[in-house]
Amino acid sequence: MTLEALLWCVAALLATGVAGIVLHRHRVASALIYGISLAASGTALFLSTRALLSPASLGASFSLPLGLPWLGAHFKLDALAAFFLIVINLGGAMASLFALGYGRHEASPGRVLPFFPAFLAGMNAVLLAADAFSFLFAWEFMSLSSWALVMAHHRRPGNAAAGYLYLLMASFGTLALLLAFGLLAAPSGGYEFSIIRQASPAAGISAVVLVLALIGAGSKAGLFPLHVWLPLAHPAAPSHVSALMSGVMTKVAVYGFIRIVFDLLGTPAWWWGALVPLVGGITAVMGVLYALMQSDLKRLLAYSTVENVGIIFIGLGLALAFEANDMTGAAALALTAALLHVFNHSLFKSLLFFGAGAVLASSGERDMERLGGLIHRMPRTAAAFLIGSAAISALPPFNGFVSEWLTFQAILLSPALPQWLLKFLVPAVGALLALSAALAAACFVKAFGITFLGRPRSEVARKAAETDRWSSAAMFVLAALCLLAGILPGYFIDALAPVIDTLTGASLPRQEQLDWLTIVPIAQSRSSYNGLLLFLFIALAASLAAEAIHRFASAAVRRSAAWDCGFPDPNPATQYTAGSISQPIRRVFGTVVFRARENVRIPPPGDPSPARLELRLRDIPWDTLYAPIARLVEFVAERLNALQFLTIRGYLTLVFGALVTLLTVLAVWQ
Amino acid sequence: MAVILDLLVQFCEMLVVLALAPLLAGYVRQLKARLVGRRGPPLVQPYRDLLRLLRKEAVLAHSASWLFRAAPYLVFAATWVAAALVPTFATGLLFNYAADMIAIVALLGSARFMLALAGLDVGTSFGGIGSSREMMIASLAEPAMVMVVFTLSLLAGSTQLSFIAAFMQGPGVGLRVSLAMALVALIMVAIAENARIPIDNPATHLELTMVHEAMILEYSGRHLALIELASFVKLLLYVSIIACVFAPWGLAVSGQGGGAYLIGLAAYVVKLAVAGLLLAVFETAIAKMRVFRYSDFLGSAFMLGVLATLLLFVSRVT
Repeated sequence: MTLEALLWCVAALLATGVAGIVLHRHRVASALIYGISLAASGTALFLSTRALLSPASLGASFSLPLGLPWLGAHFKLDALAAFFLIVINLGGAMASLFALGYGRHEASPGRVLPFFPAFLAGMNAVLLAADAFSFLFAWEFMSLSSWALVMAHHRRPGNAAAGYLYLLMASFGTLALLLAFGLLAAPSGGYEFSIIRQASPAAGISAVVLVLALIGAGSKAGLFPLHVWLPLAHPAAPSHVSALMSGVMTKVAVYGFIRIVFDLLGTPAWWWGALVPLVGGITAVMGVLYALMQSDLKRLLAYSTVENVGIIFIGLGLALAFEANDMTGAAALALTAALLHVFNHSLFKSLLFFGAGAVLASSGERDMERLGGLIHRMPRTAAAFLIGSAAISALPPFNGFVSEWLTFQAILLSPALPQWLLKFLVPAVGALLALSAALAAACFVKAFGITFLGRPRSEVARKAAETDRWSSAAMFVLAALCLLAGILPGYFIDALAPVIDTLTGASLPRQEQLDWLTIVPIAQSRSSYNGLLLFLFIALAASLAAEAIHRFASAAVRRSAAWDCGFPDPNPATQYTAGSISQPIRRVFGTVVFRARENVRIPPPGDPSPARLELRLRDIPWDTLYAPIARLVEFVAERLNALQFLTIRGYLTLVFGALVTLLTVLAVWQ
Repeated sequence: MAVILDLLVQFCEMLVVLALAPLLAGYVRQLKARLVGRRGPPLVQPYRDLLRLLRKEAVLAHSASWLFRAAPYLVFAATWVAAALVPTFATGLLFNYAADMIAIVALLGSARFMLALAGLDVGTSFGGIGSSREMMIASLAEPAMVMVVFTLSLLAGSTQLSFIAAFMQGPGVGLRVSLAMALVALIMVAIAENARIPIDNPATHLELTMVHEAMILEYSGRHLALIELASFVKLLLYVSIIACVFAPWGLAVSGQGGGAYLIGLAAYVVKLAVAGLLLAVFETAIAKMRVFRYSDFLGSAFMLGVLATLLLFVSRVT
């Protein structure tokens, strides 16, 4: 019943997309399309939440006579799909709500309105699909509709190149997934998930499938070094779509990885648990280091998505390591941490992209070097963005901390693993995780501090106005959820239990009956955390201090010029900039990671010309991996170019030669 | 009834922390003055400073926002709550279970986040320099701290400070090289986190190398008093962590009754005195570092933490 209703929601979204093509010139089109999207996603959110909370309704399956004639299209709603449906439809509903206001700024709605609901429908369909063909079809549909959204502002410099790269990488990823499903279904050719699940592939095949899944899903999610398209494509789209791509579509990729590796592939080998966390750890640190170097607000957020995907894959990899050694309890903890981070990241990343969108709409600027002081002009956006920044920096009492804390607890269980490589590797991954968390805090001090604090750095920042009510509402709902998931994590962990149980065969102890709503992942004597108490006590202590000081000491305030050691300069250019605030970290890490070179040229005394600072950063994965491939392709294409200008005899000879060669190969083969 | 009693003890602990923190700072200052041959300010000078600041009006820059005014209260509250979670004179107090060592470090991270933002709020170059350097130091100190937590949790099977303290009091510990390394790493992290020499100089003003002081340069009056108090509490907190893990003698266990608490309190004061003495001697004997050598200092703390973990694996096998 629930499954059919969910499929109707997908159909409604598709129909809305068609309506978008017809209606896009109409005045109310934007409100209508986003309103229906909001209703459809909201319904799907309600249905999937109800399904996850009452597990009896899970497991329904359904097939339609679509797709391949001998296969049909199979759909199934299980706990894993229900959880990810919640993530996707919450993000989708909030993006639609935000777009009710934000969409009015769109210059060419015809390029956005048809594809937005189609994109939502595609993501939902990926989660519901229960055979390889529908899965890949929906996956491609999702990729292409999001590509169309990336290209919505295709005349802006850089966007066309970003869209091209995205298309290339998306096709490459789908190719890897296609091969993975081919290998999974090999002997019988059964492409239904229920048949694949029963087969137990040989160890070699499993290893290849794992690597293919890591490449296919990882390129969509943004794993290092397959992330290169992500920070270009995500910011290029309109901001509510950026939020969907970064906050939600990367989660669909994570779902694809979990579905293939945890559900379809069977028992993992122990070295998977070394490979995946290592890739995750490197992704997390590299992502946040790249984020720190950016001055474009939306690109910074996109790189931070890379970081968070890395954290999620650390959790997933640990779960694989524990599962390979039959430590189901520990695997359940690691997987809970990863899935909770999936949920949390979708909340705060959508919120932050909405904030960036509000800033972009009111000032026309994404470059932090030209922003500043917006907390005075846009107080609501600033407050919501601040909560999002604190949550993504893994600061208690917000939600980001809970999932990272659980990941740490899983890492601390690694000494019980029997393999020596894992024993040494997992603590190192823990150090990478700590490093990325600390750098993320630095990164969001920069993002919030340069954009919203200080003095305006340009005229547009001085004149910015607060965003509309729809957008504020979307941001505040997400901010409230960030706090709620941070102070009452026990309920969210309990809700995840059926998902964890189906994948690992164990789950965490129930949390909701514990005293004071503490969360205790393993045992009280090991570790416990209580976000609610922390939050209440901080709030209480802060208001007590404020009350006592204002009453008994002094409440007087005087406004004056800034002190600044006695030499305040009214020019806003004397403030710290996005480039200068990350300079210490660039000096420490950047010289290795980015081969950063600084060149200061100071004119000789008496010369009034300005001093110049030149900074050069290299993008190592691009220079060493992608650029050579691009050069190779270009080289081969150059050589083959001659084939375009042959005579008719030349072409006939070519065809004949090809035929003879193929027949020879066939003869030798047999 | 038992809950009310537990609550009372917990509140007493929070008040003790608040009351002792400025005393520790004044004590270290006086010792340092004596060591270089000055008479130094009296022990109660920090209390006087705080009271004087509290009574003054707060001067705000024209460009300061609400965040600038809210930050001192939040920084103080987060630091104070973090201090309430660390066992000082007794373990197993009511709120000890609300957070483990990782959460305590993260809570201090929240306080630092707010302070770094406040440093950027007015839009001056000094605030920016302080904030950016503070975040750089934190990004280096946090991995080192996690390696220390890892070592301790490997040994004690817990990240909860009360349980670690109980384990360290027990017979199963013995002298271990790993513990010594973890201790050194923890002390190095504590020095960096509390802006002490050689990372930062708590006594400087108007100097380009300052970090913490640059960040709070625009603060005055009651706001400054709260931030100063928070930094006193933070110093006390780190000393308490080190004392409760590496010198857990005399710690009372919750519910043992008044006598045990008094002994615990006395032991705690002695530990603070010893730690203050060591800190003063160390700070007097060493010179401040250049900013870009911090990474060497904290990198060695991190490596010590890693080595401590690795040695633990090796020593388990043999």
